[in-house]
Amino acid sequence: MSDTVFTAKALTKTYVSGETQVLALRTVDLEIFAGEVVVLLGPSGSGKSTLLNIMGGLDHATSGQLFFSDLELTNLDDRGLTAYRRQHVGFVFQFYNLIPSLTAYENVALVTEISDHPMRPDEALALVGLEARMHHFPAQLSGGEQQRVAIARAIAKRPEVLLCDEPTGALDSKTGIRVIEALLGINAQLGTTVLIITHNASIQDVADRVLFFADGQISRIHKNETRRTSAELVW
Amino acid sequence: MRTLDIKLFRDLIRLWAQALAIALVIAGGVATLILAVGSYRSLDETRAAYYERYRFADVFAAARRAPRTLVGQIAEIPGVAGVDARIVKLALLDIPNYSEPATGQVISLPEIGEPALNQLYMREGRAPEPGRVDEAVVNEGFAKAHGFTPGSRFSAILNGRKRELVVVGIALSPEFIYAVGPGDIMPDDRRFGIIWMSERALASVYDLDDAFSSVAVKLLRGASERDVIMRLDAILDRYGGRAAYGRKDQTSHAWLDHELDMLSNMSRTLPPIFLLVSAFLVNLTLTRLVALEREQIGLMKALGYRNVSIVTHYLKFVMVIAAIGIVIGAATGTWLGIRITNLFGDFFHFPFLVFTESPDLYVVAAALSLIAAAIGALRALREVVRLAPAVAMQPPAPPRFRRLLPADFTLDKFASQPTMMMLRNIMRHPVRSSFTMLGMALATAILVVSLFTRDTMEELIDVTFFLADRQDATVSFVEKRPQDVVMQIARLPGVLAAEPSREVPVRIRSGTIERRIVISGRPLNADLNRIIDADLRPVVLPDTGLALSSMLAQVLGVELGQSVEIDLLEGTRRTVSLPVTALIEDYFGIRGMMDADALARLMREAPTVNSVNVSLDGSARDMFYAAVKGMPVVSGLALQRVSLANFREAIALLVTTMAGIYTGLAAVIAFGVVYNSARISLSERARELASLRVLGFTRGEVLRILLLELAVLTLLAQPPGWVMGYGLAWIMQTNLAGELMRVRLVVEQPTYVFASAIVIAAAVLSALVVRRRINKLDLVTVLKTRD
Repeated sequence: MSDTVFTAKALTKTYVSGETQVLALRTVDLEIFAGEVVVLLGPSGSGKSTLLNIMGGLDHATSGQLFFSDLELTNLDDRGLTAYRRQHVGFVFQFYNLIPSLTAYENVALVTEISDHPMRPDEALALVGLEARMHHFPAQLSGGEQQRVAIARAIAKRPEVLLCDEPTGALDSKTGIRVIEALLGINAQLGTTVLIITHNASIQDVADRVLFFADGQISRIHKNETRRTSAELVW
Repeated sequence: MRTLDIKLFRDLIRLWAQALAIALVIAGGVATLILAVGSYRSLDETRAAYYERYRFADVFAAARRAPRTLVGQIAEIPGVAGVDARIVKLALLDIPNYSEPATGQVISLPEIGEPALNQLYMREGRAPEPGRVDEAVVNEGFAKAHGFTPGSRFSAILNGRKRELVVVGIALSPEFIYAVGPGDIMPDDRRFGIIWMSERALASVYDLDDAFSSVAVKLLRGASERDVIMRLDAILDRYGGRAAYGRKDQTSHAWLDHELDMLSNMSRTLPPIFLLVSAFLVNLTLTRLVALEREQIGLMKALGYRNVSIVTHYLKFVMVIAAIGIVIGAATGTWLGIRITNLFGDFFHFPFLVFTESPDLYVVAAALSLIAAAIGALRALREVVRLAPAVAMQPPAPPRFRRLLPADFTLDKFASQPTMMMLRNIMRHPVRSSFTMLGMALATAILVVSLFTRDTMEELIDVTFFLADRQDATVSFVEKRPQDVVMQIARLPGVLAAEPSREVPVRIRSGTIERRIVISGRPLNADLNRIIDADLRPVVLPDTGLALSSMLAQVLGVELGQSVEIDLLEGTRRTVSLPVTALIEDYFGIRGMMDADALARLMREAPTVNSVNVSLDGSARDMFYAAVKGMPVVSGLALQRVSLANFREAIALLVTTMAGIYTGLAAVIAFGVVYNSARISLSERARELASLRVLGFTRGEVLRILLLELAVLTLLAQPPGWVMGYGLAWIMQTNLAGELMRVRLVVEQPTYVFASAIVIAAAVLSALVVRRRINKLDLVTVLKTRD
């Protein structure tokens, strides 16, 4: 755990909402290391998603600096961020965000077509145990299956980091565990750094580190000496 | 980008109904342009080819009796390419089983070969044998109207003597595409026919051996028509020549030209309006449709797709829709264009049709539609693509609603919550609401402009036939007659009133602008043939000076009180200057009118009469007709009742067919707009509506909330739609006004009502379609999938 993947220095994000200003992130300093599994915990509006979005190049910071290895993300324009997302980051969202008009296979192909060294869509789907259902449309898949398609889509480009925003939020415990299992499997097999936002405190046990958020700041960092496997999770 | 193309394809299939509705709007615009301009070009080209192949003359002149030796002299006029001298006379006809007297224009055919100019296209039969005084070729319209085939017989009074004629051939002539009888406004094939007979036979009947009474001249390219006319007049002057005239004043050509002009004007006015409206509507609809894709666009950005790829993807999406519309529109437009060309070709009795290919139209229509679609997509994309993906993937932030009224003042008593939702929804999207309204208003407007011609034509009929020219019939004479002929006519059976009319052909001039018109002299107290002013009130003709059609005054650029120069083309042939003392509101032709006595003084002649207007006792018509047939001095009888029927029939072609087609296309556009508005509203508000269902609202209530807004917008859009429709109708009316015919813009209330009814019907139809969607609204999925 020597190489840093992300380095944040006094990262701040302010939203203007009507007449009020919302301080979503207050001067956050943070380092994330290669191959880590990090869980972000905290109540709604505590800044987890904002941080993840900025790390994933989905949003701009208001001030401060954020580096991905040596690349300063806070310096990149829209075009640069697009290239960054395309090459380095995979996303998993709470509501899967699959394209309803594309099959599981095609949803993954959507990403592999624009990546440099992707795996084959069927390979990616096999990694999440969905090789048998790859020609189904999202509407024909269960919630857990859809989320696993989303994971397959996220990892198919072999990203350095996998950013997951409440990946189990819309799922029951059994399918939620399968999804976590898939994420940990990716981390183990490919060495991908995985960041998971969750409301579910029990998931923290699978992480190397847990970041606790409150009021736009990291209030506490907890380091697990031993990580639990997904099978050991209690929901 | 293969996967994106698959998505594109599947999205199109998913949205097929909407895509098709948008495509139909585009098709409406494209079809209008192609059918209108295409059919006009084909007909224009056909006419040109017909004139060319059958050597239609450029200049025409009449004489009383000109020796054949003049032909060589005429041919030597510089600029003259060909001369055809012939005998042309009017004759009253007596047709078996047809009580109304018909008029024939008798024209001589050379003994050997074809006429040098104005050649015949023989449909059936043959030319008359040389010297046979009983053989005739008749024009096809006349033959059809009476069921004549070679071998049929009818009688004609030729030079005062009744002769029986045998039809030996049926023909078409470029000179009589529009065969309008003397005194008539519209062609009536039953009462007016062209009769071609052997020259030798006619010469002996009319005592015109080695002489002619009419000459047609073909000009060399680039020759001055004015010069030739002047020289021709000079040559024929001694032989009772009546002023020569060009094609512009040749009845058939002028009418055909006018008709084609109207088509051309229609094609220049309506299609651009349609195309622009449809482009605008498509633009509007696609903007909303693409805006709905916001979350998918956000996702594609998150996955690392470049803006260029995303924009290209959606551009392709709208381009495919536009292309479908263009193909449907081009096919429909071409098909309708051919139908219309055939229809008019039949109406004009063209012997053949030339269909022009107009690739430029397809290019223009396609380009405009594609650009409109692309701009529509880009407008939506510009907004969404600019957003950070994290923002784009979330639904748009709830817009800030404002209370419409102070907080302590609630509308609960007056309006239910659904009504408040509807009102606030309209208010929070002022731009979108106004655009939707504008779209529907435009749909109403193009319907109004498609439908208004009927009102305007009825107004024209009202004014012309019931206010101004109220006579039942007009009896015209071979030669001008002394005044006592009026008494003679008045004594005929069935005649209730008789009014004389004197017609003098003149050239009227102001500055460099010159027109050939007829000045009619009428008695001071004329009651049948009245003069109507701009306020549609009958006016008394001033006892001095000249009354002019307002249109003519406008063309000449003269106002009341100013003088015009007049060349009298009959009698003394003087040139005089007359003050314009009244303006006439008339819709057909351009003309001048004078007090009969004043005209007689001007002509330096005793009062004479060319025709008599009569009002008839309906029950004694047949006796009147029989008596007229027995008068050798009568050259023709024009019947207002028949003219009106003919006029209605002729304009029905334009009004019913063209307006019908335009109305249909406008209705398609209206439906496309309203349907899309409803469908897109449904998509935009699916979550909101599903939430209401979860709260216990019934399907009906939810539907009402959705459609209430649409209903309010549709109704609010109607008045501005009427105003815009009136404006468009005004533009079209102004474009259509010509010297031969013009209309007064009248849009009756039923037209507005009908236009609105079509739009509202389209709205109701859309509502029914959308209702099926609401019923299928999957509450769980809608609520679960997005936050």
